[in-house]
Amino acid sequence: MEVTVNVNGTDYTRDVEPRMLLVHFIREELGMRGTHWGCDTSNCGTCVVWVDEEPVKSCTMLAVMADGHRVKTVEGLEGPDGLDPIQQGFIECHGLQCGFCTPGMMMTGRWLVDKNPDISDEEIREGISGQICRCTGYKNIVEAIRWAAEHPKGSEVNA
Amino acid sequence: MTAVEEAPVSAAGNPIGFGSMKRKEDQRFVRGQGNYVDDVNLPGMLHGAILRSPHAHAKILSIDTSRAEAHPGVVAVITGKILEGIPRPELLGDNFAWMPTLSYDTQAVLATDKVRFQGQEVAFVIATDRYTAKDALELIDVDYEPLPAVMDAKKAMDSGAPVIRDDKGQTDNSITDVMGNKFWESGNAIGTQEAIEKAKADPNCVVVTQDIMYPRVHPAPMETCGSVAYLDPVSGQLTLWTTSQAPHAHRTVYAMVAGLPEHKIRIISPDVGGGFGNKVGVYPGYVLSVVGSIVTGKPVKWMEDRSENLMSTSFARDYHMAGTIAATKDGQILAVDVDVLADHGAFNGVAQPTKFPAGFFHIFTGSYDYPHAHCKVTPVYTNKAPGGVAYACSFRITEAAYFIERLVDCLAAELGMDPAELRLKNLIKPEQFPYETPTGWVYDSGQYEKTMRLAMEMVGYDELRKEQAEKRARGEYMGIGISFFTEGVGAGPRKDMDILGLGMADGIELRVHPTGKAQLRLSVQTQGQGHETTYAQIVAHELGIPPEDIEVIHGDTDNTPFGLGTYGSRSTPVSGAAAAVVSRKVRDKARLIAAAALECSPDDLEWSLGKWSVKGDPDRAKTIQEIALLSHGSLELPEGVEGHLDATAVYNPPNLTYPYGCYICVVDVDPGTGQVKIRRFVAVDDCGTRINPMIVEGQVHGGLADGVGMALMELIAFDEDGNCLGGSFMDYLLPTAMECPDWELGETVTPSPHHPIGAKGVGESATVGSPAAVVNAVIDAISPFGVRHADMPLTPANVWRAIQGNPVRVDMAVE
Repeated sequence: MEVTVNVNGTDYTRDVEPRMLLVHFIREELGMRGTHWGCDTSNCGTCVVWVDEEPVKSCTMLAVMADGHRVKTVEGLEGPDGLDPIQQGFIECHGLQCGFCTPGMMMTGRWLVDKNPDISDEEIREGISGQICRCTGYKNIVEAIRWAAEHPKGSEVNA
Repeated sequence: MTAVEEAPVSAAGNPIGFGSMKRKEDQRFVRGQGNYVDDVNLPGMLHGAILRSPHAHAKILSIDTSRAEAHPGVVAVITGKILEGIPRPELLGDNFAWMPTLSYDTQAVLATDKVRFQGQEVAFVIATDRYTAKDALELIDVDYEPLPAVMDAKKAMDSGAPVIRDDKGQTDNSITDVMGNKFWESGNAIGTQEAIEKAKADPNCVVVTQDIMYPRVHPAPMETCGSVAYLDPVSGQLTLWTTSQAPHAHRTVYAMVAGLPEHKIRIISPDVGGGFGNKVGVYPGYVLSVVGSIVTGKPVKWMEDRSENLMSTSFARDYHMAGTIAATKDGQILAVDVDVLADHGAFNGVAQPTKFPAGFFHIFTGSYDYPHAHCKVTPVYTNKAPGGVAYACSFRITEAAYFIERLVDCLAAELGMDPAELRLKNLIKPEQFPYETPTGWVYDSGQYEKTMRLAMEMVGYDELRKEQAEKRARGEYMGIGISFFTEGVGAGPRKDMDILGLGMADGIELRVHPTGKAQLRLSVQTQGQGHETTYAQIVAHELGIPPEDIEVIHGDTDNTPFGLGTYGSRSTPVSGAAAAVVSRKVRDKARLIAAAALECSPDDLEWSLGKWSVKGDPDRAKTIQEIALLSHGSLELPEGVEGHLDATAVYNPPNLTYPYGCYICVVDVDPGTGQVKIRRFVAVDDCGTRINPMIVEGQVHGGLADGVGMALMELIAFDEDGNCLGGSFMDYLLPTAMECPDWELGETVTPSPHHPIGAKGVGESATVGSPAAVVNAVIDAISPFGVRHADMPLTPANVWRAIQGNPVRVDMAVE
């Protein structure tokens, strides 16, 4: 089936099998390797991307379901002015170790902060509870997302 | 020691030496530019998938691959029979169907005679893409004759039990190690038994026994295992991109497995998405990707899925420990004895030093000073996946630390004594170091009481006990659990420690370029530990070169010196020491060159960070950068001094290092549901010198989460038919941000006296130390119901059952 998906602002048209998962479409068809795959059961969240501004586990969606929709991946976070504050926050707060869950965590974290700039630590924890990190014990991920909340895009501190 | 000195700051704002510094590797990871094995794509690459056994124990009557071979897109289907036909010279086995394990056993690459665990490798399909390869698995027809399975380790040695390893001519399910032993002992059996018997007869003493199980769990790194193999048919060069914590050891194992010449093997372990011991061993899937490339002449990628990872790759623990502790009634520990039944699964695939078939379990004597101890560990085969040493266990110290800390709490309950007071009374004292334990370890350094008192102060121990008493009076159940652990890490001295005959020393190479920028080449392999940053800091500390000017290179056997890799918290104690040693070699050589340039004697020079200067005349000096250029230039060098400013080293540690810590966990338990809520967790670690405190704390956080997971959630159980009940993340529960509290960390710093920079290693400390703190807290909470022990994981159901006086056996789905 032919699908056209807008990924990080660019339209991509590909002929894919109807059963192809969105995560494989992003990785194999488009060659964007920042979105990871870690389980078969939608538990781990290493594959989280945005579809139309909402975080989605891309292993739980078929590529054909994304036809005509907008997808944003980790590769779309960095702008012309540099890293997104969520990326900077993960560096500043040591929110990553092996880096495998990090793209998914950042995509959710960015969304949580956009939705609620005054988000509490408890709300952050709940917001990332569908995703697993085996390295950090989560404390520094919570702090990294909080850092992003405290450094809005374009603010001087971030620049 | 240098631990507390503030390092000067570089132009880029980084410490020229020790101190918290943002990680260099983060720049690629936050951009999604990490390069993991599944990110490797080669022209013409094919994809492999493994057909796995649905049975725990069954004869293979026939395998028909014809329908799969006819499936469009399938290039080849490989079975054990085909592997049997590939002769293998110079090998531990006859042919490719079997491979050596890291413990001198054999493991089937693809099953030929029968399958021995659910999930075992049976056939390998190679196809043009991943989906097609998986489709074709369903077209392979295997005729099995199911056999009774041995799922309960306690029944493995029963007469009449089905024999699992008939391939080796065995008549029972015992495991014999390479030294010919069927069990392994440490300590003094007679002295310990006498002390226990004496205590039993003495009205002023108590003897407490307790069966303690550490159930089977799995490291479950977020990235599963996989590989991309390409054997160039013309040059004969094998390049293998693989998820490996030990690329050099893997290279040698492949040379042994495949009979390939070792100089034609290149292992590349790119970014690794977590290891925790899961990526130490060599798995059939890796070997099959190599075989696939040999058969097809193309690169072959194999990436396992999550269920394959949980069901077939290296599990951890599965130790049944029967403990006895004797003490005086005022709480002086006299003796500890433990009899262990070790479930190794169907193949003895543990990765540990050869002379230590039970790993370092005999460190079970813990952090306490008493004269008598003995352990006996008996391993058995069962119809479960192989493995055994994994999940940040420091070679079974996790089991040992959990055992002694649980047993000490049982003793405290028997004595009616506060568990903190009991521990403080028995801790090894600072003046007793170096301290030799009754089982032969020589602990290097420690200030145990200081560390414990800090943890108690941070958590507010006395106030918590008061709160607990008040709550109990109201029918509310909170618990306070303490764990004091000591690890021995940094394996290890070559004379004592090897894996498959490979001594556990680590090579390193430092090149200082003419402009004073440097490259450090490591034998060890990061899986998230931040080596690119901390190793640069070690060199910076020794040479004064800013860490941003030092590139750390690792994970490619063609570009790094030999060494045994990263596991057992061995990187900092062994390779980190090598980094300091090689830097000092460069510094010594720089002194000779500086003396030649300054026209003085080397003895007239003194070192201050980053330069050699003339004593009493500090303006006459050469910086390390100036010396680097001189070393490559036209300066006439003294006799015997070669040009350039490079050095190599191989570090053979004189002893292990012994990090330790005190953890205190506070929980609230709902007796109606059995639900456990971790309210607080205080962790005070002493890992000696902290190179990058930010990274140290991050490592501790991760290990604490592991401990919460194992204590409350994680379990690989089986039913009697051999079905794995933990084969997906729907069933194998890992802690999320909701189960983990806001960790509270503290530190004491007691450097290792024998490590060049006093560092001890910390990667596994929290995984080792934390489970006992959580379990002790839960048992403390429900002790008013008469509960003295319950096995992990303390799920709501298991806690509720324990409260009802009807605890379950956690590892088997049986009543």
